[in-house]
Amino acid sequence: MAQVVAVIASTHHPFYYRASTSTGDDRPPFADEWVAKIERFRETLTRANPDVLVMVGSDHFHQFWLDNMPQFLIGKAPFYDANYYNEEREFGLPRMFLKGQEDLSAYLLREGMDAGFDLAFSNELRIDHSITCPLITLRPQADLPIVPVYTNIFAPPLPRPGRFVQLGKTIRQLVESWPGDARVAIIGTGHLSLELGGPRQFGPHGPDPEFDRKAVEWIASGDLESALAEVSLDSLWLPGNATHGFMDFMLMMGVAGENAKADYTDSLDLFHTMEAYFTWYPRGGAGREELA
Amino acid sequence: MSKYLLDKFLYTVDRDPELVERYREDPRGTVRWWEAERANVIVNLPEMERSTWLKFTDAEREALANHDYVKLFELGAHHFLTLTLFIALFERDYDEPLAFQKEFASKLSHWSLPYPDIST
Repeated sequence: MAQVVAVIASTHHPFYYRASTSTGDDRPPFADEWVAKIERFRETLTRANPDVLVMVGSDHFHQFWLDNMPQFLIGKAPFYDANYYNEEREFGLPRMFLKGQEDLSAYLLREGMDAGFDLAFSNELRIDHSITCPLITLRPQADLPIVPVYTNIFAPPLPRPGRFVQLGKTIRQLVESWPGDARVAIIGTGHLSLELGGPRQFGPHGPDPEFDRKAVEWIASGDLESALAEVSLDSLWLPGNATHGFMDFMLMMGVAGENAKADYTDSLDLFHTMEAYFTWYPRGGAGREELA
Repeated sequence: MSKYLLDKFLYTVDRDPELVERYREDPRGTVRWWEAERANVIVNLPEMERSTWLKFTDAEREALANHDYVKLFELGAHHFLTLTLFIALFERDYDEPLAFQKEFASKLSHWSLPYPDIST
């Protein structure tokens, strides 16, 4: 069976690419520290030596629209073009081209439906920055085949947080039952407190540092019980109007497992929103041994 | 109240570079044209299979025609769509990085929770 060699959860900051590649007067003062943290974080994936990446993210009103909005969707295609005109325009993100691991996509769709998730699928999916940002940070050569998993954290009505956790647990079980001996990393990105298009946006820190502190603690300690007790669709409006992206972190906590302590945790307090990086090496995984 | 149509305007303009410029230069004319020609086109269908019932309220039409993002927030337009399009429209007019985004926030500073409902 396939082996989950790393579980990685991260924020996806679309400004990283421009900040890390800018020079001279254009280079922001926080860029060097940010790049150093990302390079250390990248090493946690590199040392796990994966063959395939399952990538969890969320379409930001690019391909999916309110006339036909999937809650959970898996891409099943041999290739994926990536990034959009408006991401190039606003963030300077490059166009990318990725290979797909189509047989794992098919497996997750079939088995996922049989496990109780009526997953939508797409045979022609253009990926956006929720998946390309972690590739840029964690695997900039973008040389590994991916399975994209999209969640709706954007367009109400949304699935509840518990459903994200259940899907994460299911993805973990399904990848570990996938025939073959592939080394799979499961990577997902979301947000801590975040405000977009509201009065609390683009402040000197994230809109709710206290929520961020608690959220980092929940994730780093795998404390699903506390996260599920405190987080609801209603409560997520309070830390910031785009904080529902935290449910993708909760999905990744489901992948990592109940009370699974992260083997690697880091964060960076930036303007607008806090960055946070977590890596788990499942028991017996090669990455954990190499970390020791 | 047709929040869906407000969002559809923001979405379909934001993804089209020519429409972004047209809306910047001639907001009222672009809104008038879009409501007449594009509002009922279903994004993933041929134009002949269009809807027949979508139109703006007067308040929505005015908010779009005036580039009034404060009013769009109040009307429950999706905050992500409004922010992304208005950055494309106006960030270029400011010298300091993020100056437009900060001004956008300050113009909404009279709002506290709960914000207007964005459900469609």
